Amino acid sequence: MKSLAELQEIRNRTIGNLTMRKEEDDAVRVVVGMATCGIAAGARPVMSAFVEEIAKRNLANVTVAQTGCIGVCRLEPIVEVTLPGQDKVTYVKMSPEKVARVVAEHIVNKQVVTEYTIGAAE
Amino acid sequence: MDMVRAHVLCCGGTGCTSSGCEAIIKEMETQLAANGLEKEIKVIKTGCFGLCALGPVMIVYPEGCFYSRVQVGDVKEIVEEHLLKGRIVKRLLYQETIEEDNIKSLNEVDFYKKQMRIALRNCGVIDPENIDEYIAFDGYKALGKCLTEMTSEEVIEEIKKSGLRGRGGGGFPTGLKWQFAAAQVNEQKYVCCNADEGDPGAFMDRSILEGDPHAVIEAMAIAGYAIGANQGYVYIRAEYPIAVKRLQIAIDQAKEYGLLGNNIFGTDFSFDLEIRLGAGAFVCGEETALMTSIEGKRGEPRPRPPFPAVKGLWERPTILNNVETYANIPQIINNGADWFTTIGTEKSKGTKVFALGGKINNTGLVEVPMGTTLREIVEEIGGGIPNGKKFKAAQTGGPSGGCIPAHLMDTPIDYDSLMAIGSMMGSGGLIVMDEDNCMVDIAKFFLEFTVDESCGKCTPCRIGTRRLLELLTKITDGKGTMEDIDKLEELCYSIKESSLCGLGQTAPNPVLSTLKYFREEYEAHVRDKVCPAGVCKALSKYIIDPEKCKGCSLCARQCPVNAISGEIRSPFVIDQDKCIKCGACMSGCKFGAIYKK
Repeated sequence: MKSLAELQEIRNRTIGNLTMRKEEDDAVRVVVGMATCGIAAGARPVMSAFVEEIAKRNLANVTVAQTGCIGVCRLEPIVEVTLPGQDKVTYVKMSPEKVARVVAEHIVNKQVVTEYTIGAAE
Repeated sequence: MDMVRAHVLCCGGTGCTSSGCEAIIKEMETQLAANGLEKEIKVIKTGCFGLCALGPVMIVYPEGCFYSRVQVGDVKEIVEEHLLKGRIVKRLLYQETIEEDNIKSLNEVDFYKKQMRIALRNCGVIDPENIDEYIAFDGYKALGKCLTEMTSEEVIEEIKKSGLRGRGGGGFPTGLKWQFAAAQVNEQKYVCCNADEGDPGAFMDRSILEGDPHAVIEAMAIAGYAIGANQGYVYIRAEYPIAVKRLQIAIDQAKEYGLLGNNIFGTDFSFDLEIRLGAGAFVCGEETALMTSIEGKRGEPRPRPPFPAVKGLWERPTILNNVETYANIPQIINNGADWFTTIGTEKSKGTKVFALGGKINNTGLVEVPMGTTLREIVEEIGGGIPNGKKFKAAQTGGPSGGCIPAHLMDTPIDYDSLMAIGSMMGSGGLIVMDEDNCMVDIAKFFLEFTVDESCGKCTPCRIGTRRLLELLTKITDGKGTMEDIDKLEELCYSIKESSLCGLGQTAPNPVLSTLKYFREEYEAHVRDKVCPAGVCKALSKYIIDPEKCKGCSLCARQCPVNAISGEIRSPFVIDQDKCIKCGACMSGCKFGAIYKK
């Protein structure tokens, strides 16, 4: 260890993955509906796509979690994205192809992808 | 960076290891692999979470689900339901965290609500065998700050200002100790860490070393910088194998990263650290005996002065601090002394870790701000006494401390308040006793311990404690006289005044404090030949209630010494001369006709 900068570098490299253990609410939450309806509709590849996309972009402070049936089974796979301090946005009929756009536009650039949301589908 | 979407934190402390966490972690890994989840879910073995009574425990993030008493057979369900499908396995959740249908954050449950974690900050949060995780949680930042931004005088000044006092029991101001050693002019000085935790029922230091070993390493390097030492030793007992292993891993990692060794952070400060194993003698927790033992000699104390700060290890200026004291140091440097002084009471700053044991529901490890009352610790954090029994007393400070009776439960716990009521902070063992405990028996238990552990170097301790034990045995055998009680008290004071080291000076404390608060129990043993709690065998009697006895003869058949006789269908009688008080008759009686007096 030759300098504080070196220490900081190790810290930055590791911290992204540990934020979920801190009880702070400044993380972006991605919640994927993983009940029977969601799994049948293909929620699993959607979740994997989120995980891969977030890893690829090296995003810290994003957690990917699962939940049960959200209630609108006909619109599965459903994904909810919550930015800190904002209302959650519900995306429906998700596919692995759509994930990249949600990550890029919503999570990174804070612009909701309106055409994928539940409002647009109805 | 690999994205991991969930972390499964399994407690790998000694408590959970003995309740089988290793097998659970293995099964978890097998099950994750079977479901193809091994890349997206990480299993981490951490240090102690504190709630040892509920072990083995695990926390799953990001949800923060706290599963308790997990068995190997439950793991498949957790993986398939929770980790694969996102359905929390409610039946395994710690019941306190369930509120209606929601899960409360762990910080809101009674056990954690009143706690404040400084020394245990990373315990149960990071992987103690991974230095990167420690660094991610601001590890080694304090060392960096000291070496690059502060002079050694400024470091000492900051510690002095924080008001930190030794957590090993004595409560000596840490900054002052460092200042004494720093003032010595010598080309070789040493920094030592006392991890020889020997009190029965205490496991604070073990848990810190198991859960966050780097915090101790970092603090020792800071201490080395402050006093001008380049070599440190951690004296730890060999009977803490998990702590020894994790500390060694941590030292190796720190060396690999250049956080120990030469020219740390590119400065001209160098510091190296070694582990010295102790064989588990209680006296080696005493500072001079500990250093004698590190030197490779028989662990015996020597008179002070000269104090270790002047002539310590190999006659060089040495500072010796306890594990928990060190664990506070990086936090004080990072957050400043002013932050630290806002916690605790006027003369006792910061927090204290306690190992809760005995007759209490939440056996485990807790850290509370100084000044928290015993009532809060026992009733709120500890969850009260099992089986609806009444609180009788709590022993703090182990065999060197004293008991706190029920009417003093609202005493704020800090160094001075405990001294004032005849107990002491000690290293932090807190043993709770209920109405079924006999206080004379408790005093005898601790004396048995000190008699065993007395090193024998000085007479008052070697012979005096044995005489004390003999007197106590005489009383519990029902052969004591009222003069014996006075003799007991007098002998206590002589031992306290004339013993060479802390072991002997504090050994009579359990007797003195039980005499102070429970004298009537001693007198009942002597005068009435009765043990009020029914613990002392020689004084207890098993009696058959003739009203309730149906004359079934079951007790007579169960009695191993044929002390019970009678005729079928009429009440049986116990011959008290033959009775060995084994209790077999009482536990066997189907009508509850036998009682103990």
